[in-house]
Amino acid sequence: MRLLFGSCFTLLIAAALGLGATWLTLTRGVAFGALTIGAWKAWPKSGSADIDPYARAMVARTGELPTGMGDGVAFYARTDDVGNGFDGRCTFSISGMTPTARYWTVTLYTPEGRLVANTIDRHGFTSEEIVRDNDGRFSITVAPLARSGNWLPTGGIEQFVLVWRLYDTAIGVATRTAKEGPMPTVERKGC
Amino acid sequence: MVRTLLWILAAVLLGGIVHLSTVLAMPQAAKQDAYSRLAPLTQVNTMVPLAATKAGAEIMPFMDPAFAAAVCRYDLSGGPLKLIAPVSQAYTSVTFYTRRSVAFYAINDRAAGRRTIELDLMTAAQHAQVPEDEEVTAADRLIIESPTAMGLIVLRALAPEPGLMPMARQALAAATCRI
Repeated sequence: MRLLFGSCFTLLIAAALGLGATWLTLTRGVAFGALTIGAWKAWPKSGSADIDPYARAMVARTGELPTGMGDGVAFYARTDDVGNGFDGRCTFSISGMTPTARYWTVTLYTPEGRLVANTIDRHGFTSEEIVRDNDGRFSITVAPLARSGNWLPTGGIEQFVLVWRLYDTAIGVATRTAKEGPMPTVERKGC
Repeated sequence: MVRTLLWILAAVLLGGIVHLSTVLAMPQAAKQDAYSRLAPLTQVNTMVPLAATKAGAEIMPFMDPAFAAAVCRYDLSGGPLKLIAPVSQAYTSVTFYTRRSVAFYAINDRAAGRRTIELDLMTAAQHAQVPEDEEVTAADRLIIESPTAMGLIVLRALAPEPGLMPMARQALAAATCRI
């Protein structure tokens, strides 16, 4: 009787623990070997055959196709530099420099990776279309209401994700520090 | 007391096994992975341009809307595949994915070094059958080995400005993949 009770209890706990851990790791986006520069995180290995099992499971679940290593690298940001979460009702400013790359794009998504509908059909910028200062620096304002300059509309959604993709770049698995790849700073300006 | 602790220890160990096996099984079990999403939109061993990435009409999550894309869903069981893709003005890349969305190879127009990207895709067994002298004479022939017989080739062309999107789409329209 005791044995039966014990094994049932063990099996139940094991199933709850195992499935719970899987669900948590796959929905929260736990992946190993992240390259972190400021608020930006990239997983260059996810674009190669060396992709780790967690990233592999996550990609299969979401249905996305990771950026291949010979193509470029994608940096994800969900917060600003000091850790304030991206809220579409607030104003954020992105400015500074990018690592050397032939082209880059920055795109705003919902946490599920969908685009946010807006009247001007603006979902991001490419390195070619962005308006820069005389010294080559740029500033993007991510805000719910129209701004002058490089305005990226949030549509007022509760949470958003920014993805910075560098194409044809030396940034990748060998990159260790922010010195090699200066990513733009992200700052909350107001809510 | 000791007995209860042992039961708990067994539960934790078993839980770890459940966790690892579910993570490893996820790619096989996933119903909504990229291949399944693209299967109804594409034909086998044919290059098919994808509709533009628009809000509310995304085929896959986290697609770059600045790019035009075309997909060749391949099946190498009938023989090696030949991919020919003209390079667009700005930036063109080709990424090879397995049936389970693993990006096993990617190349861009500059690395390919010509006006058209020409690649032969084959399985390891098919590669072994390629006569050695043929491989040497065709030095400019780039052979990619696919770890699986089925998978996806995704061709992407950048439109640096929204107005250049028709040009990027036009470059992709001329791309072919066939056995």
